[in-house]
Amino acid sequence: MKSRLAWRKFVNGFMLSLTGLCALVSVSVLLVVLGYLGWNGWQYLTWTFLTHLPAPVGETGGGMANAIVGSGTLLLIAALTGIPTGLLGGIYLAEFGGKTFTFLVRYTADLLNGVPSIVMGIFAYTLVVLPMHHFSAWAGGLALGVMLIPIVLRSTEDFLRAVPMPLREGSLALGASKWKAIVTIVVPASIRAIATGALLGLARVAGETAPLLFTSFNNQYWSHGLNQPTASLPVMIYVYATGPYADWHRQAWAAGFILLMLVLVANIGARLILSRRSPALRG
Amino acid sequence: MPVPIENSSPSKAQGSKRALYSFFRRLRSGDEIAHLIVLAFAALIVLITLLLVYELWTHSVLPRQRFGWNFLVTSKWDPVFEHFGALPFIYGTLITSSLSLVLALPLGVGAAIFLAELAPPRISHGLTFFVELLAAVPSVILGLLGVFLLVPLLRTEVEPFLKATLGFLPFFQGQMYGIGLLAAVVILTIMIIPFIITISREVLLAVPVEQREAALALGATRWEATWRVVVPYAKTGIYGSIFLALARALGETMAVTMVIGNDPRISASLFAPGYTIAAVIANEFTEATGNLYLQSLIELGLVLFLVTIIINALARVLILLTTRQGTAHP
Repeated sequence: MKSRLAWRKFVNGFMLSLTGLCALVSVSVLLVVLGYLGWNGWQYLTWTFLTHLPAPVGETGGGMANAIVGSGTLLLIAALTGIPTGLLGGIYLAEFGGKTFTFLVRYTADLLNGVPSIVMGIFAYTLVVLPMHHFSAWAGGLALGVMLIPIVLRSTEDFLRAVPMPLREGSLALGASKWKAIVTIVVPASIRAIATGALLGLARVAGETAPLLFTSFNNQYWSHGLNQPTASLPVMIYVYATGPYADWHRQAWAAGFILLMLVLVANIGARLILSRRSPALRG
Repeated sequence: MPVPIENSSPSKAQGSKRALYSFFRRLRSGDEIAHLIVLAFAALIVLITLLLVYELWTHSVLPRQRFGWNFLVTSKWDPVFEHFGALPFIYGTLITSSLSLVLALPLGVGAAIFLAELAPPRISHGLTFFVELLAAVPSVILGLLGVFLLVPLLRTEVEPFLKATLGFLPFFQGQMYGIGLLAAVVILTIMIIPFIITISREVLLAVPVEQREAALALGATRWEATWRVVVPYAKTGIYGSIFLALARALGETMAVTMVIGNDPRISASLFAPGYTIAAVIANEFTEATGNLYLQSLIELGLVLFLVTIIINALARVLILLTTRQGTAHP
C-alpha cells in the first residue's frame, strides 16, 4: 500500500517535471532563433546595406534599400485594401449580424485565414498578373491584403463585442441613430484595440514570402510605379540565402535581422497595448 | 451581444405598412444604408473565398482533362515531355507533415499542460507570450536558420548519430546531405508547436475547475487529476489543435522549400532529399513554360487548398465544441 503511494507520487513528480521540460524546450527554440539571428544579423548590418541598391551579381557590397521601400509599398497596398474591408465586415458581425449569415461569414473568415499563403499567391497571380501580363506591386499587395481581411475582421469583431452594452444604450437613449452610435461611440471606445489588432495582422503578412514570389516577384533596382515588379525583404532573404555567394548570405542575415526586428517590435508593442486595455473595454 | 434595437415585430394587420414606414424612417436616418454597406463588406469575404475556388478550378482545367485522377497517383514529373504526376509531392507533403506532428504533439501538449495546470499565472503568461512570439517569426527566417544552422548540424552531428544507432531501419540509411526530409520535419515541428501549445492551453483552461477539484478530492495526485480527468475532458479541443497544426504544416512553403532539397523522388530514408506540393509551386511557378505546366502547378495548389480547407473546417468545429462545453475559467 505504502509502496503504491510512493510510486504514484513518483509518477506525479516525474510527469509534471516532464511537462515543464516540454515548455522549456519550446521556449528555448525561440531564444536560439533570436540569439543566432541577432548575432549574425547585427554583425553584417551596415549603413550601406540600408541605403544602397543591390550590387550587380558577382560583386560584393551593396544593400537592400529598394527591398525595404518595396516591402513598405506592398504593406501599404495591403493595409489600404485589407484593413477597411476587415473593419467594416467586423462591424457587421458585431453590431448588425443575425444568426446564420453571421456564422457563415465568421466561419468563412476562419477558413480563409487557414488557406496556405502560397495558394493566395496563385489567387493573386490568376486574378492580377495573368490579365496584366506582368508582375506588379499591385498583385503582391493585393495578395497580402486578402490575407489581412480575415485577421482584421475577426479581431475587430472580438474587440467590438467587448464594448459594454450600456455605452450603446446610452447613446441610443440620447436619440442617436444606430450608425451614429456605432461611429461616434462604439468604435471610438475600442479603436485602440482595433488598431492594434490590425497592426498584428500587418506584422504577420509582412513576413510572408510565398504569396510574393510570383506576384510582386523581385527587382534588382528601384521600381518605378506600382505596375512594375517590386523587391521585398522576405523575397530578397529567400533569394540571397539560397544563392551561391558568401556575400549574399551575409546580406540575407542582415535582411533577416531587420525583418525579424520589425515583426517582433510590432508584436511586442501590440500585445503590451492589448494587455493594458482602455478602461471602457473592461466590461 | 448586441440586442436588436429596431422594433422588428409588426403585428399582422398593419404589419407590412408599419414595416415599410419604419424602413423609410431608418433609411432616412442612415441606419439602413449603414447596414447595407457593412453587410456588403461582410459578404465580400464569402465572395472572395468563392472566387478563390473558381479561379483555382478554371485555371487547372488542362491537366484535369489530360491526366484525370492519374495526376494524383503517377510519379513522373517531366516538364520537357509534358507529363505531370504529383505523387512524389503528395508523398513528401504527407510524410513531412505527419512526422512533424508526431514530434510536435507530445512536446506541445506537454508544454500546454504545464502552462495551463501547473505554472503560476505569472510564469504561464510570460511563457505563453514567448510561444506566441515564436509563432510570429516569419517562415523565411526559420528557413534562413534552417539553411545555415540546422542543415550543417544535421549533416555533421545528428544524421551520423542516427545512422550509427538506428541505421538498421530503412528510414536512416543512405547518403547524409543535411538537406532532406529530416531537416524539413524538424523545421515544421518548430513551426507548428506554438499552435498546438496556444490552442491546447486555451481548451485546457476552459475545463471547469470543479472537474479538477473533484478528482483531487477523491485522492488523485495532481498528475492523475490532469491526465485522467482534465485532458480527457478537453480531448476534442486538443484534437482540434492537432488538425489546425496539420493544416498549417501541409501548407507551409518557404522554410520547407529552403531545406528539403527539392528532388521529386519517393524514398523511405529521411536523409534523402524530397519535395512538397507547396515547395514545387514556389520553385517552378515562375519558370513554368506552357499552359499545361502552369496549370498542373495550379492544380497542385487546388489540391493543397482543398485538403487544408477540409482539415481546417474539421478543426474549427472540434475547437468550437470544447470551448462551448467549458463553463468555468480558473
